[in-house]
Amino acid sequence: MRNVNNLDEIRKIIGRHKRWDLLFMITGIIALMIAIMTFIALFTQMLIDGMPRLTWDFFTSFPSRRPEAAGILSAWVGTTLVMLVTAASAVPLGVGAGVYLEEYAPKNLFTEIIEINVTNLAGVPSIIYGLLALGLFVYQLGFGQSILAAGFALALLILPVVIVATREAIRAIPIAIREGAYALGATKWQTVSDHLLPYSAAGILTGIIIGLARAIGETAPIITIGALTFIAFLPPSPVTNEFPYISFEWLTAPFTVMPIQMFNWVSRPEEAFQLNAAAAGLVLVVMTLAMNGLAIYLRYRMRKNIKW
Amino acid sequence: MQNTAESNQYKSKVKNLSFYYGTFNALKNIDMMLHDKKITALIGPSGCGKSTFLRCFNRMHDLYPGNRYEGEITLYPDNVNILLPKVDPIEVRMRISMVFQKPNPFPKSIYENVAYGLRVRGIRQRAILDEKIEDALRNAALWDEVKDRLNDLAFNLSGGQQQRLCIARALATDPEILLFDEPTSALDPIATASIEELIADLKHKVTILIVTHNMQQAARVSDYTAYMYLGELIEFDETDTIFIKPKNKQTEDYITGRFG
Repeated sequence: MRNVNNLDEIRKIIGRHKRWDLLFMITGIIALMIAIMTFIALFTQMLIDGMPRLTWDFFTSFPSRRPEAAGILSAWVGTTLVMLVTAASAVPLGVGAGVYLEEYAPKNLFTEIIEINVTNLAGVPSIIYGLLALGLFVYQLGFGQSILAAGFALALLILPVVIVATREAIRAIPIAIREGAYALGATKWQTVSDHLLPYSAAGILTGIIIGLARAIGETAPIITIGALTFIAFLPPSPVTNEFPYISFEWLTAPFTVMPIQMFNWVSRPEEAFQLNAAAAGLVLVVMTLAMNGLAIYLRYRMRKNIKW
Repeated sequence: MQNTAESNQYKSKVKNLSFYYGTFNALKNIDMMLHDKKITALIGPSGCGKSTFLRCFNRMHDLYPGNRYEGEITLYPDNVNILLPKVDPIEVRMRISMVFQKPNPFPKSIYENVAYGLRVRGIRQRAILDEKIEDALRNAALWDEVKDRLNDLAFNLSGGQQQRLCIARALATDPEILLFDEPTSALDPIATASIEELIADLKHKVTILIVTHNMQQAARVSDYTAYMYLGELIEFDETDTIFIKPKNKQTEDYITGRFG
């Protein structure tokens, strides 16, 4: 008799507690929906406005005074080239610094301070990087308002992301694997190059791509170093017809990038330019999403063979 | 003269060895002789320093800051104290291999796992690698099970097979001493039995030092046993003596299960 009473009591208590489960679930779903719906609404708006403008000509035309003739050729070429410089400089610097901090650096107060500061660098407003790049690259080193200066500025910006991603990916490798390599007589460099880097490549690559995806949409530092907002020519081609077939002249060329092109169009009064901006925004979002998608895919592919 | 006798019978002499993790004194004045081509077991309760002692032999402690050795571990026949700072720990690790507590194959193929120690030594010729890898896998009693799938990932092997792969990896470079750090603690009884059998077979080729939690295992496989407690070597003798009539009361209490 008493047992049955107890059971009823217990069920009541459980029911009361479970109401909180329900309540939190609903709150959670609402919070999630607000975030997702906002993005979907924005994206749909851009899609509706910009889709009609997304023709082949839009990608192969320079900007123009006439909105219907304007395109994003100089912008997407500029973005691609700047990203190339960013990746080529941020990857070796970031991965190198990450490997050094994780595997080589002695653990003392000095490296501790460096570590904390690397993490802090990720939180520095991007315009500060722009100012640094303006002073250092554009004037001090004389790169001018060039693709090189912009690429380096964005590389500085994403360096902390790459360093932190590298360190975390290396730290995720079990100590037993590391010790296994050392126990066979491997040097630090052999352990790093034969084991730590290959096993952490997926994580490092993800960090790099996420960093690049952030850099691709950055506007402030690029404006600061003085990208042009209207540019009707392309930088010299990296590939030439004459020996040695590769040219680096494009590095010093003036340029514009996607977000600046968008900004330019948005600030025009004519509505047709707003549509152009929406179309360019669409391209930029797709580029970013594609990069994130690539990161997820690569992580999945490369981790398939590794289980700790 | 005495040295020649020692070098015939012994592989290594530990003299007055102390070890510190920072300020913590983990090993205290250990003296012990390691018999050549014999199995020596280190037993004792958790935290007694047996793994710490084992890891002195391949200078594993050098990987972490703040560790300090005192005393000597001399290798025969060349009489070199491997703890001297001027002796490169990498050189020591090339002479003395180690098998870890949990199987730790690299996420590479079976072949590449066994090949790694050889590659580190600069061996590139495929024929030599093939031969040494087959030898090592045979010695680790794994060859028949994997000979048709050497390019498979090592992770696809069972736990016991993975541990034998790690033994093959350690054997491939013809080490002078093979260290085992509780090699069966992560394995089931059947895999444990096969690893024990393998270790017993290997003593004809190499001097073995094994840390074990399991007293029966020490009794089954080893020729000599050292009982350690709180960083000290309490008693070291032939395994039979240790298990049948230990001289020290502490050892007896531990062996008979009254303590530990």
